[in-house]
Amino acid sequence: MTTPSIAVRVRGVAKSFGGTRILEGIDVEIAAGTVHALVGENGAGKSSLGKIIGGYYMPDEGEVEILGARVARFSPRDALGLGVAMIHQELQLAPELNVVQNVFLGRESQRAGILVGGDTARFAALEKACDFGIDPLAKVATLRIAERQKVEIMRAIARDAQVIIMDEPTSSLTEDEADRLHEVIRRLKGQGKTVIYVSHFLDHILANCDNVTIMRDGKVVRTSPMTGETKQTLVDSMLGQAAEILWPALPAAPAETLPPIAELRGVSTGTGLSDVSLVIRPGEIVGLVGLVGSGRTEVARALFGADRITGGEYLIEGAPVRGRFTVHDAIAAGVALVPEDRRKQGLVLTQPTRFNISLGTLGRISRFGILDRGAEIRQTREMIGHFGIVPGAIDGRVARYSGGNQQKVLLSKWAVAKPKLLILDEPSRGVDIGARRRIHDFIVEMARQGVGVLLISSELEEVINLSHRCYLLSEGRIFAEEPAAALTVEAALTRVFLEQNSQRNRQEAAS
Amino acid sequence: MADTTLTKTPSAVRRRFDIGDFVRQYGVLIIIAVMLLALTMLSPSFLTPRNLFNILNQSTPLFIIACALTLVIIGGGFDLSTGAIFGVASVSAAYLAVNVDPLVAIIAAPLIGLLLGSINGIIITAFNVHSFLVTLATSLVYRGMAILITNGKLIPVRVEEFAWLGRAKLDLVNVAVLVMLAFMALMMFMLNRTTLGRAIFAVGGNEEAALLSGIRTNLVKIITFAVSGGAAGLAGVITVSRLSMGEPQAGTGYEFEAIAAVILGGTSIMGGAGAIWRSMAGVLLMALIGNGFNILNVNPFFKDLTTGVIIVLAVALAATGNKR
Repeated sequence: MTTPSIAVRVRGVAKSFGGTRILEGIDVEIAAGTVHALVGENGAGKSSLGKIIGGYYMPDEGEVEILGARVARFSPRDALGLGVAMIHQELQLAPELNVVQNVFLGRESQRAGILVGGDTARFAALEKACDFGIDPLAKVATLRIAERQKVEIMRAIARDAQVIIMDEPTSSLTEDEADRLHEVIRRLKGQGKTVIYVSHFLDHILANCDNVTIMRDGKVVRTSPMTGETKQTLVDSMLGQAAEILWPALPAAPAETLPPIAELRGVSTGTGLSDVSLVIRPGEIVGLVGLVGSGRTEVARALFGADRITGGEYLIEGAPVRGRFTVHDAIAAGVALVPEDRRKQGLVLTQPTRFNISLGTLGRISRFGILDRGAEIRQTREMIGHFGIVPGAIDGRVARYSGGNQQKVLLSKWAVAKPKLLILDEPSRGVDIGARRRIHDFIVEMARQGVGVLLISSELEEVINLSHRCYLLSEGRIFAEEPAAALTVEAALTRVFLEQNSQRNRQEAAS
Repeated sequence: MADTTLTKTPSAVRRRFDIGDFVRQYGVLIIIAVMLLALTMLSPSFLTPRNLFNILNQSTPLFIIACALTLVIIGGGFDLSTGAIFGVASVSAAYLAVNVDPLVAIIAAPLIGLLLGSINGIIITAFNVHSFLVTLATSLVYRGMAILITNGKLIPVRVEEFAWLGRAKLDLVNVAVLVMLAFMALMMFMLNRTTLGRAIFAVGGNEEAALLSGIRTNLVKIITFAVSGGAAGLAGVITVSRLSMGEPQAGTGYEFEAIAAVILGGTSIMGGAGAIWRSMAGVLLMALIGNGFNILNVNPFFKDLTTGVIIVLAVALAATGNKR
């Protein structure tokens, strides 16, 4: 502990997924016995780097050294052997087992595979060192998330981990619980452990980390000591100089007197929205600005009938929606949603291009339930040409397409529906520059044709440059509405962070 | 349009000549061709119209059940109750033919199957329980019903107006075979040319995507189980008509034979992909194995063993294509 040795050394690491470079030329050194932050925007590569160190991903190039030993095989098991444990955003515990059983899972006191007991005593020794105050016999399913996190940390320590990677550890904690977690982290540091802290909560990072590595677009911007850093310096480095991106020209915003296509009045849902009011007019692109988990996707799902609205009113073209409003009804009313996860929620990967493009509008290319194959093939050809989908085969295997071309297939599916309201959730996530440009043009095309567009993206730049008007969201509430021209990325980000903090403080005060 | 497809598809062109892929795709047809050739050479009595139609005729109930089961499996489900529904439909048909009217019996049996299948589907979707568990349980319930209906006894049916379905022939071809072919054509049309067919593929391939495409996924699932039950009922009444006997234990084990045939044909049990012709080929292959044992006078004790080994080989072959 007295020698300032290097706990983790990453040299020249690069990683691609499906042809998209997500990490490139990464060099990072993490000193032993420090708390080291990895920050960056969504998609900057911070979690991916964490997962390479934790052994979950194998880098395509470059090497990783843990406590002086070069990592030869990348697997979580091998990483643990070298002293690295990763604690995920979604905790990985066995909910039906108790705390002791989880902590020693796979490391039970045993002889020839038969449990011999004694784990409770081992746990007591561990608890003495950690002082977490957890009931050793409580079933994990009954614990709160903050306590489960402690179980994960104890599990890491029980496995003699020297380096503990925490991926977004405070994202589901209250401010109070986050404080207690930071207390634990300080104690770990006092014991000589190294903590790698991956997060986008800049306040937590500023207050609790010794060093920071800032990432942008899969590259390291810089690694520096935290002293002298402010929120502003971090945000500036995270965003960098705005890259020279050409944004398509927006059509003029519709007049405010134009009756809206869709309107929410004080809507709440079981998924966490409360008192959400918004309007979307024909030919208007409306952006939703907020952090992951702020309720952006939930707004989209409520508008699309995918989640039930429990309070307030939803009007489509001035007429209130009544009864159980389903996806089927939403599509019939002219609403379309391109969901955020194209592989899980959008495409049927066992089936070809033609099948996927027709899936949302089967009623239109059929009579009495019998498909008109000619019309279907014509429509597929048209879309392949319109979006420039490659390969251009009508029955191409979508499962093998690149991310950009998969996304184009998904957009085609809703373009053929000729919607009145088009909701796009992360439309350009994980696609190459060319496809991204085509998708942006498509968004503007739709608005020009009089479609109302609701745009959601984790890239604030995209939302601000492609929208007429933005709503700012935090914790399931809309707290501000601005013309996009009046917003900058920095200003929007700062306001969202501030709002989140003050909301959490209010919650703390209330409880 | 054609020239847009010329760019950037070298891998697709290469794949067109990939022998491994071809074998994985059409393996079941290759095995059938080899079997036909071998049996023709080994026995002069094999390649006769009489023997070939006989094979089809004997397997008619299994063809019908496997055909409909394909829909369930493509839709991401599993149906273990077809044998038991077959039993209920058999004894119901026998009872109705004797006590009410032969024609009513013939019409009622598939409807009873449809009803029992719908009950499967409704339980599966209402409680969101895996179809494997639900149909395992209902298969016991339905079999119990079949036994209760007859009090465990057999019901002989000596009614001329009832026997035609299983026994009458148009020239060389049994009426039952024609019914089977018509049913198969209907299922193929439904799966490939209708919006319902599309919905079944979508539900099995990606249920969430299907939901977010406005498909009523629960209704689609219920329909697949209803069709599967209806097919088991149809198969049941054909068999009773052929044997002139309603038997509560009839159809025991058919559920597994049908599943084996679907898998042998190459339809993925993961759902979302597959074809009716594959299951038909699967049934045919199993029938050929049985017929081969008969005409070659091989010890029939080896029949199941051989079928099982071929299924393992077929599944293993198909799985080699899934590795990355």
